[in-house]
Amino acid sequence: MAESVVAEAQPVMDQRFEQIMERINPQRLLKVVLPPLLGIIVFLGVWQAAAERIDTSLGQFPGPVQVWEQVENLAGEHVRAREKEAAFYERQEARNAKKLAANPDAEVKWRDYTGKPVFLDQIWTSLVTVAAGFVLANLVAIPLGIVCGLSSGIYKAVNPIIQVFKPVSPLAWLPLVTMVVSATYTSEDPMFDKSFLNSAITVALCCLWPTLINTTVGVAGIDRDLVNASRVMSLSPTLHVRKIVLPASMPMIFTGLRLSLATGWMVLIAAEMLAQNPGLGKFVWDEFQNGSSDSLGRIMVAVLAIGFIGFALDRTMLALQGRFNWDKQAVLR
Amino acid sequence: MNANYLELTGVGIEFDTGGKTPFRALQNVNLKIAEGEFVSLIGHSGCGKSTVLNIIAGLHQATEGGVILEGREVVRPGPDRAVVFQNHSLMPWLTVYDNVALAVDQVFRKSKTRAERREWIEHNLELVNMSHALHKLPAEISGGMKQRVGIARCLAMQPKVVLMDEPFGALDALTRAQLQDSLMQIQADLGNTVVMITHDVDEAVLLSDRIVMMSNGPAATIGEILTIDLPRPRDRLGLAEDPHFVHLRHQVLEFLYARHGTPTAQESAAPVGGPTPVTDVSPVAAPARQESTGSAEGGSEAA
Repeated sequence: MAESVVAEAQPVMDQRFEQIMERINPQRLLKVVLPPLLGIIVFLGVWQAAAERIDTSLGQFPGPVQVWEQVENLAGEHVRAREKEAAFYERQEARNAKKLAANPDAEVKWRDYTGKPVFLDQIWTSLVTVAAGFVLANLVAIPLGIVCGLSSGIYKAVNPIIQVFKPVSPLAWLPLVTMVVSATYTSEDPMFDKSFLNSAITVALCCLWPTLINTTVGVAGIDRDLVNASRVMSLSPTLHVRKIVLPASMPMIFTGLRLSLATGWMVLIAAEMLAQNPGLGKFVWDEFQNGSSDSLGRIMVAVLAIGFIGFALDRTMLALQGRFNWDKQAVLR
Repeated sequence: MNANYLELTGVGIEFDTGGKTPFRALQNVNLKIAEGEFVSLIGHSGCGKSTVLNIIAGLHQATEGGVILEGREVVRPGPDRAVVFQNHSLMPWLTVYDNVALAVDQVFRKSKTRAERREWIEHNLELVNMSHALHKLPAEISGGMKQRVGIARCLAMQPKVVLMDEPFGALDALTRAQLQDSLMQIQADLGNTVVMITHDVDEAVLLSDRIVMMSNGPAATIGEILTIDLPRPRDRLGLAEDPHFVHLRHQVLEFLYARHGTPTAQESAAPVGGPTPVTDVSPVAAPARQESTGSAEGGSEAA
């Protein structure tokens, strides 16, 4: 039985294999892989050569090799920190179990591990913070953009405010946000850290604008004929938005969202540095203050991590856009 | 039969173009249309035919005068005056079925059950011979098919008046002829009141009970109304050599070209379907082909 299945599957497998081989034929591979590979090699060479000529008070500027060493260091730190954490919980478990065995009514204490966050924790914190700011911004930007796109009166009222606040740097917002958050967010048992809120709100204030503007333009630019068709059918405002406005302006909304996320990620690092939110921004700042001979290498690791994550975030948005766009033939780039 | 079913009285409209004086597109348009009548509006590009249609639809508000349909003034767009748009205006993200369903669910959400609505949607798509493509997207069907769906969507709203804005202008001659025949058949069966804009003289004579010929803008108005007293049902092949048909056709052409010649060079470039007889299907235009939305198609047909 099993053999017959294998026998039937065999030609299919062969075909698949051939297809794969065809796709990775050497000539194609050369064309696709060679240019970027060459670019990277040249870049690494130039970086190494330039790094050797730059001496700072913290020692020589790190080249690719030193940065790679720091990647390994950080990975080692990560493993050690996780071991320590595991050991901590093991000890706590054992201690409490012993106490409970001696006296079932004993009051045992469960504490969270409070070790120094490692690089991966900081990346995670940054991602959560940027996601919070991004979601917060777009909960305002998309509905407001739709309203502005539908009504030129409201657009005219809101536009000057958009134009004035759009170019404001996050660093100008941050002190204000910090003071407002400390004054208004005074819960006994806070759900969020203040530094997290400060960073997220600052990110939100900066990545509001691209989505708002693109949504407005997208909604205002819907084909007149489609709008007229909707008017003839006398669709209710909610149905009009759901069935016509949203699908029609989806590409523009997503363009806005992508720009928004890119802005948010860029702003986040600066915000975290100043707000002391334990993410990548704080990592860079702490390394800078620390001033060891490894610091520059470690900062460079953060720079590369920031770059790769930013790229990955953009690709994620692009994939989401392909998922939500009604026009599956549309070329996304 | 109500002879004053749809009534336009002293309709005029001005558009604010940003200049010192607003642009006057229409002036003193008076027209009475009977229930079940098929009326075509014909005239050169820019003469305000579409504006008349949009005012009846309620998409534009007349500056003076007004439209009365069955004793009620028209103040806003509504499904009782459903429009077939030149570029079909189907939602590209909805399937053929869903496009019609969008209209039907809106118009009959209270008066019909879900099952009745589904039946009604399918019935109307069958009327225009589109039952085979219920779940295709507009981009996956030809231009002629899209327009069929547009007509189905319009008919499914059970409008008091069917408004058609150059419905076949963007189609090749063969597809156009097929759709004209379908439309004639449907109108004969259902007895709809139809107001259609066209550039095509043969189309106007073939389909209409009356042809309303418009003078050139600005401040366009109705120049002449021609009654087409050809017996129905009409057969395009038989009519092509019918002396009365040829005479009527000539009268329209004479109005358009001898008395109201093309006003400006710019407008003469616009497509005028007149000189090409519908029945004369050139080999180039023969196959019904996939079209995007190009309104330019109409121009190439007329050339």
